[in-house]
Amino acid sequence: MARAVTTQRKTLNTILAWAVGLLIFFPILWTILTSFKTEAQAIASPPIFLNFDWTLENYAVVQERSDYMRFLWNSLIIAGGSTVLGIIIAVPAAWSMAFVPSKRTKDILLWMLSTKMLPAVGVLYPIYLICIELGVLDNRAALVVILMLINLPIIVWMLYTYFREIPGEILEAARMDGATLKEELLYILTPMAVPGIASTLLLNFILAWNEAFWTLNLTAVDAAPLTAFIASYSSPEGLFFAKLSAASTMAIAPILILGWFSQKQLVRGLTFGAVK
Amino acid sequence: MSIKSTLRAATALSLISAGSVFADGHSSTITIATVNNGDMIRMQGYTDQFTEQTGIAVEWVTLEENVLRQRVTTDITTNGGQFDIMTIGMYETPIWGANGWLVPLDNLSDEYDVDDILPAMAGGLSHDGTLYAAPFYGESSMIMYRTDLMEAAGLEMPDAPTWEFIREAAAAMTDRDAEINGICLRGKAGWGEGGAFITAMSNSFGARVFDENWVPQLDSAEWAETLNFFVDMMSESGPAGYATNGFNENLSLFQQGKCGMWIDATVAASFVTNPNDSDVADSVSFALAPDTGLGKRSNWLWAWALGIPAGTQQQDEAMQFIEWATSKDYIELIAENEGWANVPPGARTSLYETPEYQEVPFAQMTLDSILSADPNQPTVDPVPYVGVQFAAIPEWAGMWTQVSQEFSAAYAGQQTVEEALANAQAIATEEMEAAGY
Amino acid sequence: MATQHSRSAARIMMAPAVVLLLGWMLVPLTMTLYFSFKRYLPLRGGDLGWTGFDNYVRFVSSSAFWPAVQTTLLIVGGVLVITIALGILLAILLDQPMWGQGIVRILVIAPFFVMPTVSALVWKNMFMDPVNGLFAHLWRFFGAEPISWLSEASLPSIVMIVSWQWLPFATLILLTAIQSLDSEQLEAAEMDGASPLNRFWFIILPHLSRAVTIVLLIQTIFLLSIFAEIFVTTGGAFGTRTLTYLIYQRVLESQNVGLGSAGGVYAIILANIVAIFLMRIVGKNLDA
Repeated sequence: MARAVTTQRKTLNTILAWAVGLLIFFPILWTILTSFKTEAQAIASPPIFLNFDWTLENYAVVQERSDYMRFLWNSLIIAGGSTVLGIIIAVPAAWSMAFVPSKRTKDILLWMLSTKMLPAVGVLYPIYLICIELGVLDNRAALVVILMLINLPIIVWMLYTYFREIPGEILEAARMDGATLKEELLYILTPMAVPGIASTLLLNFILAWNEAFWTLNLTAVDAAPLTAFIASYSSPEGLFFAKLSAASTMAIAPILILGWFSQKQLVRGLTFGAVK
Repeated sequence: MSIKSTLRAATALSLISAGSVFADGHSSTITIATVNNGDMIRMQGYTDQFTEQTGIAVEWVTLEENVLRQRVTTDITTNGGQFDIMTIGMYETPIWGANGWLVPLDNLSDEYDVDDILPAMAGGLSHDGTLYAAPFYGESSMIMYRTDLMEAAGLEMPDAPTWEFIREAAAAMTDRDAEINGICLRGKAGWGEGGAFITAMSNSFGARVFDENWVPQLDSAEWAETLNFFVDMMSESGPAGYATNGFNENLSLFQQGKCGMWIDATVAASFVTNPNDSDVADSVSFALAPDTGLGKRSNWLWAWALGIPAGTQQQDEAMQFIEWATSKDYIELIAENEGWANVPPGARTSLYETPEYQEVPFAQMTLDSILSADPNQPTVDPVPYVGVQFAAIPEWAGMWTQVSQEFSAAYAGQQTVEEALANAQAIATEEMEAAGY
Repeated sequence: MATQHSRSAARIMMAPAVVLLLGWMLVPLTMTLYFSFKRYLPLRGGDLGWTGFDNYVRFVSSSAFWPAVQTTLLIVGGVLVITIALGILLAILLDQPMWGQGIVRILVIAPFFVMPTVSALVWKNMFMDPVNGLFAHLWRFFGAEPISWLSEASLPSIVMIVSWQWLPFATLILLTAIQSLDSEQLEAAEMDGASPLNRFWFIILPHLSRAVTIVLLIQTIFLLSIFAEIFVTTGGAFGTRTLTYLIYQRVLESQNVGLGSAGGVYAIILANIVAIFLMRIVGKNLDA
């Protein structure tokens, strides 16, 4: 018999959960609110919550100073490109690990993860020199490749955990019916793995979007993404809370909106096979 | 090499997906890396005029100071060639110039009038007598104080006060219940923040960072005196949490009327006297940075300047831009559109001879402050380095950032002044050894 | 059942990922090792010759080294404890029936989408600023003296900022795990008179162990290399200098690439020690 939930208890849960949720969300909400204030209102004491004169002035100033669309476009290409490229490379690898496991599979997976542990700043000079050598400084393609390499271990691992949940019998049956490896991959496995691939895509898009070391240090103009956009507003002389808030809102809005619309997929993607 | 071919493949791939990678690489576009300070932001707004005059397009890479330093230093030391003009300071210019990384600015046109640049600025931006970067604006530091609070305390600010007077005045002005702190100073870690302030201050107490043989002197009695005086004064009359206050934090405190005095960059004067931003705009006056009667005052000298990396393909275009941005005409352009108080200060002698500019309340004190700082003889005792609030050696930024972190920890009460100085001495010794002195 | 044919096919399919990552690991690693034995000072003319193990000795014997290791472990450990503990509580709360569950979930995961730089800037300026920050207003409202967070409580402040960013990640994984818990088992336990605490301790927690392992592993990898949060807030002052930050100071502020590279090698060693340690305690949980 299913336990009946009292309305009272549900109300209590609701209040508590909303309170916690709003508390966690508050810094973002505050940033968004501040972006519509004037600089003076932004530091007013006591702080003003809603009853201020809403203004778009900060957004106008930020847009006039820097071409937001260009930064946005670069972020989209770099984050999107590296994610797609990563998936293309990771799917076959994850497939073979999941369905043709050898005793080294786990070691390889853990080794892949360990490549993420090299501190980026320690290799800035080597990588910068390599990029000069190849002529790919301030180049989106180079960043696509580098961010792909940074996130590849996570991509492989996430996909691996999905693929493993796909029952092997289905593949056996397909093989009996004479399906080739390619057909098996394309027509049977891929459709079943679509939710997994989608959430992997999302998570890595977010990780790549937020990457701020290489995207800042290897770019100047042509390839500079939103992380560089933020660096031009972070601590100037004079009052800057409102403009910083506007710039921050512009930098996180696209990913926030994307994340919200796709949160169901993302939630599934974040299981990392933790659920069986 | 697999990386190489992968990168090539990926380049080809992204050329398809993002066709415009090389599209805007036509020859008359220059890329300028700059800091996000007000005067530079204003300059960006006027670059259209430069483009109209010369046909040279300008791409700006505007970054926060710390990120900018990291970015341009990596690029210049590896000859990365990402920028045609870099915005650098008095610290970088002589070092880079000596390494041959900057294009010497010895071919400037007659109408540019290079001799008009304030000698103190030109001196700090040169190596062996050759100018390597043109000052966009220059600054020293001075006292900004509230005339109303000073009056209420029954005191009168001399034009050239001593530290003793400042400390007494600060104590007299402090009213913690009314949220008024007698004095606001930088305590924030970083060689260009609190680190710059305390070094300039130590000069007036007779301290020095190195002796003639490059031996760190942070264990000297003069340093102990400087730091103790600073900590005592700030705990008597400074704002809470001053250990994290830098230029910006103090500026907003002062503008909100929470400081009686503030000793900081002369460029701050135009912010605190601007009625749009400042609640105390009409009750601010200025004085020279304090001393202790030993012959050196505690003001620094700094310039943000434009330099051309030696590797650039567009040297001529870059030169044209520098001539435009640091010219007398540019100053007039800003004066016409934004008012004389907003022109980039501290770079040219002629500016201070302009009658309209002499009307600006802080103009004379700024000039006097700049003229009283001597980068070649910054300290009472002789030193082997050039620079007032820094030593122009490659190790300075790293060493002094760590040293100032120790100082900040002492300001925050996490260690004693003696511990901070002992740690600082150890850090300085380590760094100098690592550099091979 | 894997045939010889599918085995070799598997190898071929794995090859691109493995080769690429091998390259991505080996090229920088080799260069780091190479530089670490060099006296390499970019501002003093670059490569000044070989120095043997000088850089290694200098890096460890520096007074900043052990405190940096300690700080690194404190931050990683602190964030892990907070995110996992709060994550479990939050996951249990979100699993309860309520109105507007979807929206609450969105609110809770939002911090994960915020760039580390932005979140550090927002926290530092708009919340932790001792004069104009929201916390300062709150403290004053209750008649208390505002705290200068980033100097007086620097390490806890940074742990808090980072925890805020990673709490959503932990919560989501743990929530998915809780949702897969067999509710009949819980009900049976309730019937048997098990207290809520007992149910949590003996049923829910063991069920979550695998998810906790994942959180631990993934977060540790990311947390060992946090940089932006420290760069923006304290710049390494007030005892917040991690090993990564120390390397940054050596390479970029002191412009000593050789010394920094030696530090990089130590950081890799530390990361591997942590990784091995993790594998020991959690490795068995990863087996399917």
